[in-house]
Amino acid sequence: MTAGVATYLGGRLLGALPMLFLMSLVVFAIVYLIPGDPIDAMLGQDADQSAREALRRELGLDRPLWRQYVSWLGRVGQGDLGRSLRAQQPVRDLIVEKLPATLLLTTSAALVALLIAFPAGIVAAVKRNTVVDLLAMVGALLGVSIPSFWSGIMLILIFALTLGWLPALGYVRLTTDPVAALRHLVLPALTLGSVMAGSVTRQVRAQLLQELGRDYVRTARSKGLRERSVVVRHALRNSLIPAVTVLGVQFSVLIGGAVITEQIFAWPGIGQLAVNAIVNRDYPVLQGVILTVALLVTLVNLAVDTLYVVLDPRLRLS
Amino acid sequence: MSSSTPASASPEPRRRALGRLARSRLALVGLAIVGLTALVGVVAPLVVTADPVAMDFTALLKGPSRAHPLGTDQFGRDVLARLVWGARLSVGIGALSVALALAVGVPIGALSGYAGGAVDNVLMRCMDALLAFPALLLALGLVAIMGPGSTSTTLAIGIVYTPGVARLTRGVVLAERPQEYVQAAHALGQRDGWVLARHIMPNCASALLVQASVNFANAMVIEAGLSFLGIGTPPPTPSWGLMLNEARAFMSSAAHVAIAPGVAISLAVLGWNLLGDGLRDALDPRLTE
Repeated sequence: MTAGVATYLGGRLLGALPMLFLMSLVVFAIVYLIPGDPIDAMLGQDADQSAREALRRELGLDRPLWRQYVSWLGRVGQGDLGRSLRAQQPVRDLIVEKLPATLLLTTSAALVALLIAFPAGIVAAVKRNTVVDLLAMVGALLGVSIPSFWSGIMLILIFALTLGWLPALGYVRLTTDPVAALRHLVLPALTLGSVMAGSVTRQVRAQLLQELGRDYVRTARSKGLRERSVVVRHALRNSLIPAVTVLGVQFSVLIGGAVITEQIFAWPGIGQLAVNAIVNRDYPVLQGVILTVALLVTLVNLAVDTLYVVLDPRLRLS
Repeated sequence: MSSSTPASASPEPRRRALGRLARSRLALVGLAIVGLTALVGVVAPLVVTADPVAMDFTALLKGPSRAHPLGTDQFGRDVLARLVWGARLSVGIGALSVALALAVGVPIGALSGYAGGAVDNVLMRCMDALLAFPALLLALGLVAIMGPGSTSTTLAIGIVYTPGVARLTRGVVLAERPQEYVQAAHALGQRDGWVLARHIMPNCASALLVQASVNFANAMVIEAGLSFLGIGTPPPTPSWGLMLNEARAFMSSAAHVAIAPGVAISLAVLGWNLLGDGLRDALDPRLTE
């Protein structure tokens, strides 16, 4: 079994290489696709000539394009993502500083989403075509339809400004003050998690309904097993396997959504770093954030695919 | 040649699908919302005579009144006028970006699935590379490159959804290629391009229609999201996302300014999602079993 998984993983890693190469091209191209001179875009047209030349040399823009790409890729391979034009700090340090806040937000949002979605999806499937099912599905549909930038604003309006139960903005490190950190985390995690909750509820319900219609479930019922046992021990276990694949897609959605959630709640993560980089025309930071996120998404997808193969023996055999 | 016409393109299944769509109440609600949003977007200037960018410093952040049914914002601009003009922008960008994604993605997917081999490999790896970026972040990067504005937002969203359309088209083409009707068309001496366009592609229509409606909903959210972040549609052009962004500062004193655009965008997205669900159920009844 282990050898099978290792072979699969090796194949997937090899298969991911061309994609990583193309991804690096896309990120590298960011600076070069800016219309006109990238130096003008970064420093403005009134900038001092010596500063312009210095930046041109620093970014390697005075060399042929292919050499610029090769040397950029070499530096990126060693973890050097360049220097921020605004903060005058290595981009890697900025990302390392901001990434924990984003990961805390996304994992908390995923947790919130799963805690809502699994019970709701299971109850909706088991109580199919009842009021409970209808309520769960309407809730899920609202979850995927209400954009986070509105639900976030409304949550602030209700729970922070009107009721005063939770802080509206800001971030506190878990290590500094765990209680304050959790209080600051509730609204952003709910905001970001609600979209995923809606989507996963629909997925869990659909998968479970599909499994409940299969022959082995009919056999289990005809053996006289209790309904709870049929659902939990048989159908649910099998329906969870395809649901795992949703996690990979959802991670990409969550980290994209974090850009907006961080902006609403003044959450100092890499999403906010990216938006500030655009506003300040700090293109090395933008490149670094986009590359880091794309690599993270690729790694998570690879991990999810591998988990899928581990969980489902049929895939290993095929 | 009629025997080689794909089943889904014949009138009978189409009529049955339309019947199923008409019987789905949720899909009809979705269709009504979508139709209403589009109608408001198209006839905005006739419906609301107030200027969406005209400022009135004597009526700042006022609540609903006869003169301003949804109140005014921080510059005294009529919220209703901005809302209906925002619908025009949102629907326009949604429609154009979805059309762009289809116009580029369908030929790429069809070529990839039909040609196979190296062409398929190269094209699909390029699409996968784009799919590895979260949609909003890719749109953000593209708008950063092209500069803020409706055109760059439309292009960015179109590019973001192209790989999904290409992958979907390729999947259907791959599934249809070995079918007997395709082989029969080849045996009759028909050219590849003709077989692809006339016989295989009609089978992609159902899946693409569902995908397009979901993409439309997501495109509206991304457009509003980019404007909310201040890098999409520049002020003072009325955009729902921009309206929400500006309203944040006055939430405690004038919540109506934040509620109106939020309800509008949520309803519009809900409409497209309901329609998408209804279309999927109607066009592929196996999914509802």
